[in-house]
Amino acid sequence: MTQAQPTPEAIVETIARHLHLEGPLLPILHDLQHEFGFIPETAVPLIAAELNIGRAEVHGVVSFYHDFRDAPAGKHVVKICRAEACQSVGANALSDHALAKLGGDWHMTTPNGNITIEPVYCLGLCACGPAVLVDDQLEGRVDAARMDEILAECGA
Amino acid sequence: MKIYIPRDAAAKALGAERIVKAVEAEIKERGIDAQIIRNGSRGMIWLEPLVEVETAEGRVGYGPVTVADVKAIFEGDSDKALGDVEQIPFFAAQTRLTFARVGKIDPLSLSDYEAHGGLVGLRRAIAMSAEAMVDEVKTSGLRGRGGAGFPTGIKWDTVRMAQGEKKYIVCNADEGDSGTFADRMVMEGDPFTLIEGMIIAGLATHATKGFVYIRSEYPDAIEQMEAACAIARDAGVLGHVLNSGHQFDIEIRVGAGAYVCGEETSLLNSLEGKRGTVRAKPPLPALQGFMGRPTVVNNVISLATVPVIFEKGAQHYADFGLGRSKGTMPIQIAGNVKFGGLFETAFGMPLGDLVNKIGGGTASGRPVKAVQVGGPLGAYMPVSKFDTPFGYEDFDQKGGLIGHAGIVVFDDTADMLGMARFAMEFCAVESCGKCTPCRIGAVRGVETIDRIAAGDNAAVEILTDLCETMKDGSLCALGGFTPFPVMSALQNFPEEFSTAKEAAE
Ligand SMILES: Cc1cc2nc3c(=O)[nH]c(=O)nc-3n(C[C@H](O)[C@H](O)[C@H](O)COP(=O)(O)O)c2cc1C
Ligand code: SF4
Ligand code: FES
Ligand code: FES
Repeated sequence: MTQAQPTPEAIVETIARHLHLEGPLLPILHDLQHEFGFIPETAVPLIAAELNIGRAEVHGVVSFYHDFRDAPAGKHVVKICRAEACQSVGANALSDHALAKLGGDWHMTTPNGNITIEPVYCLGLCACGPAVLVDDQLEGRVDAARMDEILAECGA
Repeated sequence: MKIYIPRDAAAKALGAERIVKAVEAEIKERGIDAQIIRNGSRGMIWLEPLVEVETAEGRVGYGPVTVADVKAIFEGDSDKALGDVEQIPFFAAQTRLTFARVGKIDPLSLSDYEAHGGLVGLRRAIAMSAEAMVDEVKTSGLRGRGGAGFPTGIKWDTVRMAQGEKKYIVCNADEGDSGTFADRMVMEGDPFTLIEGMIIAGLATHATKGFVYIRSEYPDAIEQMEAACAIARDAGVLGHVLNSGHQFDIEIRVGAGAYVCGEETSLLNSLEGKRGTVRAKPPLPALQGFMGRPTVVNNVISLATVPVIFEKGAQHYADFGLGRSKGTMPIQIAGNVKFGGLFETAFGMPLGDLVNKIGGGTASGRPVKAVQVGGPLGAYMPVSKFDTPFGYEDFDQKGGLIGHAGIVVFDDTADMLGMARFAMEFCAVESCGKCTPCRIGAVRGVETIDRIAAGDNAAVEILTDLCETMKDGSLCALGGFTPFPVMSALQNFPEEFSTAKEAAE
């Protein structure tokens, strides 16, 4: 994830990679986020022009999906599963612990920019919860002590 | 020598990558000729990472393995030895049809796949007419495993007979239900099964293009499916379909964190690059689906079960099960449970046996209070309903649903008012926004439950009315079924919805 302001050329190049697909918008948005860490506002009119649809439509799609960000996230993204199976083994207490430790609420980024914390609804690890996703690393059976380690490793 | 270390996401989440490194180091140090195979999971999640070593006497399992156990495994004196993992009661009690190869084979080896019955079904299908293929699926009794339980053969027949320049097979791998991971395990542990099932669906309906729409929360499954499709394409399984004169190819697509995109019409909108709002039916997706063209939308397990039906014959499959719930179901036992994992069995086993005999009761050792079956839209079943046989109609009669067959176990510390509140909150967060009872009702539901928690007993009636409105006035099951968990919590645990009153008395 680079976080420099992307140039229009770089954005158009990313868009172009997917124009041959049937229904290319989600692949385009995923790729933009992968390249730049978020969906730059400046990408919206460029996508609209390439796909021959309205800007409002592009914007509507970006805002509909939880995955797409309109601003860069922290250096690390920690997602804690809040769904039922993880709740049955203490996910609520784990979430409360992590949020208290960071001193904020869901979707916050720490002032040093190191961690963004988000809820997630099931990671498919429901027989070994509470489950956590740290960037692209999954972890099962996370307790408060392990959460402290994770947050420390991420530079809380 | 072959050493099996799962690359299943659950095994990885419990440390499998560290074990791989330790085993590699040990192999190097001992200078032995050994190969590490990244298999799928055997589904006994409490034993992951579960390492298996191939010996002259067969495969010997060890688990749950930590880095500290690795040396002893090579010495042959590990106290984590499990013997033949297929003899472990949890595994031995299963009937594995859909999951027959998962955990056993190298998921990305096409020759391993073929050595264990892979492609037999496809070769048989190629020699059949499309109509005969559809009849085979009808005879098997296979019903949609994504939740609604619609007969798969009938859906295919509609698409087969529909007029269209181009038709599609869309595999629904959005698996958003809490307590479920069967789709993930198949995609990671036996991806060719899903590919083969989709190809057969294509031949049976004259569809030439397939999509697998996988949720973004499943990066390992996405990677594995991409790799498997590339291998299948190189081998001529995808593309020219074993030089049968047919064409079929598959593209992997990734969701973007919206639960509602598991609903089939929302999923189609998402694939087309639109907001994932639900479409009114009719038109059926079978007639006007992706890009307005005839489209089969099926769950991963529905499609991944097709190869074994064609391999062993429809009747063989239909002979398992109970009443109109034919065949087997990969049941996922999750939450606060001692032996959690994937348990495939013929329909009909009583719920209580699954929870207590197979699952071993709670992990905490406390009494079971309730289980939620069928994901966030499924009812909480109290212990008094544990005699319910696991089947579509049987659960329906008890005010529940089996959905995608996840069972989430809760012990006696569970806060049922809190779970009801969560159900409403989840509906509010994930609503696609199309209908008022769902979009506004769910927000109102959270507020109403908060009022009950604060001691306002009159709010119970308001909550009941609200659930009626959501049930009757919602376009899809997100708004329409959220009342299941809410009302089942209220009806089965009424005392928890009147705590404030008791405190005042
Ligand atoms: C809110 C909602 C979420 C759903 N999520 C899924 C899902 O994740 N996977 C799935 O296969 N079906 C899901 N379904 C059911 C699908 O709409 C559809 O019935 C299914 O994909 C059809 O395939 P099948 O007949 O093979 O089950 C969901 C339905 C609703 C209303
Ligand atoms: S019930 Fe909810 S999710 Fe379903 S169509 Fe209506 S608003 Fe959308
Ligand atoms: S409920 Fe947390 S991983 Fe499934
Ligand atoms: S899917 Fe997230 S708000 Fe609708």
